Amino acid sequence: MDFLRLPKKDLITFAVFSVVVLTMPIWLQPFGAAYPGLMQKFVIFAILAVGFNILFGLTGYLSFGHAAFLGVGSYTAVWSFKLLTMDAIPALIFAVVMGGVFALAIGYVSLRRSGIYFSILTLAFAQMSYNLAYSVLTPITNGETALQLARTDPRIIDGLFGEAGAGLPSPSLLGANLNGFEAFYLCAVVLLVSFFIAQKIFVSPFGMMLRAIKSNQTRMSYTGFNTRPYALAAFVISGMYAGLAGGLLAITDPLAGAERMQWTASGEIVLMTILGGVGTMIGPVIGAWLIKYLENIFSAFNEGTLHRVFSFLPDGVEEWVVLIASKFVGEGWHLTLGLVFMLVVIFLPGGIMEGVRRLRAAFPSGSSARRNRRNELNPSAAE
Amino acid sequence: MSFKKRGISRRSVMKTGLAGILATGVSPMMFSRGAWGQEFCNAPTGDTVTLGFNVPLTGAYADEGADELRAFELAVEHLNGEGDGGMIPTFSSDTLTGNGILGKRVEFVTGDTQTQSDAARDSARRMVERDGAVMISGGSSSGVAIAVQGLCQEMGVIFMAALTHSNDTTGKDKRRYGFRHFFNAYQTGVGLGPQLGAAYGPDRRAYHLTADYTWGWTTEESVMAATEAQGWETVETVRTPVGAGDFSQYITPVLNSGADVLILNHYGFDGINSLTQAVQFGLKDRQANGKDFKIVLPLVSDLMAAGAGDAMQEVYGTSNWYWSLQDEGSKAFTASFGAKYGQPPSQAAHTSYVQTLLYADAVERAGTFYPPEVIRALEDYEFDGLGNGPTLYRGSDHQCFKDVYVVQGKAEPSNQFDLLEVVNTASRDSVTYDPAIFGGELGPYDPGMC
Repeated sequence: MDFLRLPKKDLITFAVFSVVVLTMPIWLQPFGAAYPGLMQKFVIFAILAVGFNILFGLTGYLSFGHAAFLGVGSYTAVWSFKLLTMDAIPALIFAVVMGGVFALAIGYVSLRRSGIYFSILTLAFAQMSYNLAYSVLTPITNGETALQLARTDPRIIDGLFGEAGAGLPSPSLLGANLNGFEAFYLCAVVLLVSFFIAQKIFVSPFGMMLRAIKSNQTRMSYTGFNTRPYALAAFVISGMYAGLAGGLLAITDPLAGAERMQWTASGEIVLMTILGGVGTMIGPVIGAWLIKYLENIFSAFNEGTLHRVFSFLPDGVEEWVVLIASKFVGEGWHLTLGLVFMLVVIFLPGGIMEGVRRLRAAFPSGSSARRNRRNELNPSAAE
Repeated sequence: MSFKKRGISRRSVMKTGLAGILATGVSPMMFSRGAWGQEFCNAPTGDTVTLGFNVPLTGAYADEGADELRAFELAVEHLNGEGDGGMIPTFSSDTLTGNGILGKRVEFVTGDTQTQSDAARDSARRMVERDGAVMISGGSSSGVAIAVQGLCQEMGVIFMAALTHSNDTTGKDKRRYGFRHFFNAYQTGVGLGPQLGAAYGPDRRAYHLTADYTWGWTTEESVMAATEAQGWETVETVRTPVGAGDFSQYITPVLNSGADVLILNHYGFDGINSLTQAVQFGLKDRQANGKDFKIVLPLVSDLMAAGAGDAMQEVYGTSNWYWSLQDEGSKAFTASFGAKYGQPPSQAAHTSYVQTLLYADAVERAGTFYPPEVIRALEDYEFDGLGNGPTLYRGSDHQCFKDVYVVQGKAEPSNQFDLLEVVNTASRDSVTYDPAIFGGELGPYDPGMC
């Protein structure tokens, strides 16, 4: 079982992370977020962020086009549902493969440049994919209306095992229906596996190469390494992660729309990673959760909710507080996100994880204090 | 190091403060609902029942969404016996007494669809899974309505579509759990075609600009069929993205296309922008093929007329309802809405209000919230007094059949709200069609389990 071996610190991280993910239905209760729809989004976007971090966190290549792979994964999975079977496994496999193929094609071209030019190229390709999905390839993608299942779809493999029921079929895993919590736990297990693989990549010699690309690509070339294949491999791996996330999105909700591929969606992934902490294992996941939480919960607050929240205040004051607070919730949730992002970037340039690190350093306790001092000297080796 | 320490403590104070604010903000939102293991999804157990209103508050249809929300709030007020009761007294059914629904007080949750199907489905799932909504209403984009309707079918929650005009909503993509009171593109064609033929003559050449999604596609198809039946010719149809903002690049080619009518299959802000820009390009004052150039907006609301201002004058379109209608229901609703919000309701507000009342009434008549019974109560239900005259909820496709109003922008509005004029009414019989022409299947009655 050599491939399961990890440094002890990473194993502890993995164990704690597993507990946190699997107990989500419990600890999200007080936040009003413990319903399957949102928890599925939490774990799926965590996969996306972890995959994006393999590229951005390790090699430093900032891709602005990852939403394209997410969209490709979703479309592939829905087509697998339509043509082959409602089972989740083939859908996921195809989604990952297609995500990888697209990443290979886009990465092969984009990685000829680095820095801002690379970012612009990926952005251009992603926007191109979006427009293709939105208006050119409508027979495949169904454009703005979004690709959906129909009862009359062929579903060749399912057809072999019996007649379709009266209603629309729903995704299943080896015959077991995937609804609500079942789908959440499937996504959670996939997240844990992806997280573990990412951890392995981080500590592997391959991961070391990628870090070397980030710190000084020229020096690496002079020592005789061709950096392109390494960067391309990282790009394809993170594209496959995005495809996987897209496939899971389609499994939890069998519908694929073009807006998933829009540049704002790509920007959101970058935001997640920076908010949480670039180059750390946990950071991007926390960033993804924070953004999805704001998007889904804050956007649903209306004035009625605010009045309930602030009902303990005296009458005149309450009106004012509600008036001001109402600008930051509901349709104004983008404003809240912007403020949080600004605060983090200004005060914690290393993201939320840097805040955690500083807190630990502020309250030193034995060995962790020693470790933190070391981390402060050499932040890139922190995780 | 002391410098560093001070910095950290300041930040930690800020972080703690932020965490505190967050915690106080969310802790009253605690939910501990035993939503699982009931006989059907979100059966109301306490003395309240929750409805979910899912409308666009951002995006191209945000105006309509905001107005829908006003109407929903008004409907809930009237159902709970507050306010003047609106259309409840004029409604042909007398089951609604201002005592909530089945004696349970009505509460509601809201969400922003962002005019995007992903966001809309997220929002609807939150309402169903977390907030325990037993019915979802809303819309304002047929793409969104169809996406949410599919979700509601899977979850076993009734979807009372508000503003959605695509033929597909109750055609190819119809669902057992989805109901539409609003009219559709086919009925627009039937109503609008003869009017255009009579007003502009038989030998016209039309150019279509079409919103690139299900609503635009079906509207284009229906209006094209209706105008070609009048002897018109279609020069070209061009698809434009939703929320494009600037339509000048699409309007310039119209000038040299040899067309003499421009048909704008756009709605909301898109309709306002494309119409205003077309007028700015001088299309209204143009001559083409020896005739006056004309612009047609197949689906018009007074919100769009207000947004487009003078550009709307003398432009033909169709409406599901208009506030100046003189029947008792319309007058009562306009008065009630105006008293609360200081403006007349739009057609989007009207259909939202009516759908909420119809759901409440169907539950009362069924005597239960159990969705299959409520669905059977709505199917083939004939009612009156809700502003559209005698109306039938057809069971075979869950589409309402009622008169369709052909409207025209007033040349000289007497006040800022008096913008449209109902110039013709297509009778209910004339807009009734065979459900088979659009295909689709309703699916089973069996309730899903969330």
